[in-house]
Amino acid sequence: MTRLEPPQMAERLAQDIPDGSYVNLGIGMPVMVANYVPEGREVIYHSENGILGVGPTPEPGTEDPDLINAAKQYVTLINGGCYFDTADSFAMMRGGHLDIAVLGGFQVSADGNLANWATDNEKYPPAVGGAMDLSVGAKTVYVLMRHTTKDGQPKILDACTYPLTGTRVVSRIYTDLAVIEITPEGPRVIELFGDNSFDDVQAVTGTRLLAPQT
Amino acid sequence: MIDKRIASMREAIAGIKSGDAVMIGGFGSSGIPFELIEALRLHGADNLTVISNNAGSHEIGIATLLRDRLVSKVVCSYPRSQGSIWFERMFEEGAIELELMPQGTFAERMRAAGAGLGGFFTPTGYGTKLADGKETREIDGVGYVLEYPLKAEFALIKAHKGDKWGNLAYNTAGRNFNPVMAMAAETTVAEVEHIVELGELDPESVATPGIFVDRIVAQEGLV
Repeated sequence: MTRLEPPQMAERLAQDIPDGSYVNLGIGMPVMVANYVPEGREVIYHSENGILGVGPTPEPGTEDPDLINAAKQYVTLINGGCYFDTADSFAMMRGGHLDIAVLGGFQVSADGNLANWATDNEKYPPAVGGAMDLSVGAKTVYVLMRHTTKDGQPKILDACTYPLTGTRVVSRIYTDLAVIEITPEGPRVIELFGDNSFDDVQAVTGTRLLAPQT
Repeated sequence: MIDKRIASMREAIAGIKSGDAVMIGGFGSSGIPFELIEALRLHGADNLTVISNNAGSHEIGIATLLRDRLVSKVVCSYPRSQGSIWFERMFEEGAIELELMPQGTFAERMRAAGAGLGGFFTPTGYGTKLADGKETREIDGVGYVLEYPLKAEFALIKAHKGDKWGNLAYNTAGRNFNPVMAMAAETTVAEVEHIVELGELDPESVATPGIFVDRIVAQEGLV
């Protein structure tokens, strides 16, 4: 089986970010997408703490202690970028103003439900942040996640077993094996990586997939 | 004469009582009123409800209020972060109550309190366990959750510059929750790096109008 590594997964998803998009990249693997958007496309990155136009990591010694992203890493502001408060920032998110949100995922269901904020471990304090607002508010939600858990359990399922982040919110799932689109008929494989066959991918998926349309 | 300037951090937080709810601005380490938090730690009030996006990390800021057992409840969206050892320890011990909500709901509840609204319907969280027990309504085919205003006795906020009327301007992304908290609390205390003369702030750069601010204090280099 062909299994993409996270940078390659991010690179594949980045091809589908159109010129002129307003985009929010979630914490973890999704932030890597910014490194791979093809040259010549103008993309404006939003950060939930109040930034439009997030730029690259600052040179050492030039960090602004207040200028951080959602993952609390130092960032910069591009020319044309701006700042605003959290209420306005979440109005952008909830109000349908962002074109694309790229989120990590624990589980996605066949009908596009997303679980990415809590597991079933009661001892571990839950934290939700902006995940629910983004999942419900962005025009398009792409999930970037491995196809299975570390111990090989499927993450794409008939129904999520972890607490939901949002219902019927996911448009596409980019995994290390394939790209899957959530359609009204069900999840459809639209791209298989390397020499992966449809049957290979179906075998590690917890719900029935639709074959690529030829 | 309107002069909201206070001479010291200690005096700036006067009046906070045990059992009060205190909003604390900031996101991660950005826009946090570290000196007011240190004054609060030394102030003596306990059994506090802290309303802040995060629950502190390492041995600074809100984490020191938790470590010194001054906080009985945290209201936030993201209590867990790198180094949030004191929150995690107290959560595991069952020594702290957590009220968790989506970050946009958190900000909007404070905005609603400051804006005189009785509540609002948000699509965020609908159909999830964070909406359990809450009133819901379908509007134009979309499910919404009713959320109520979030108020506090005090807000401790941080800005870059301010004047004696309480007008505030922020540094880059240090704005975050500070403006909505300024609106939502009965008494708002602003820690600033510089107090400037009236008229020095470009009126277009004032992100928090002074009407929302009760006290303003310049940093003393305490932390």
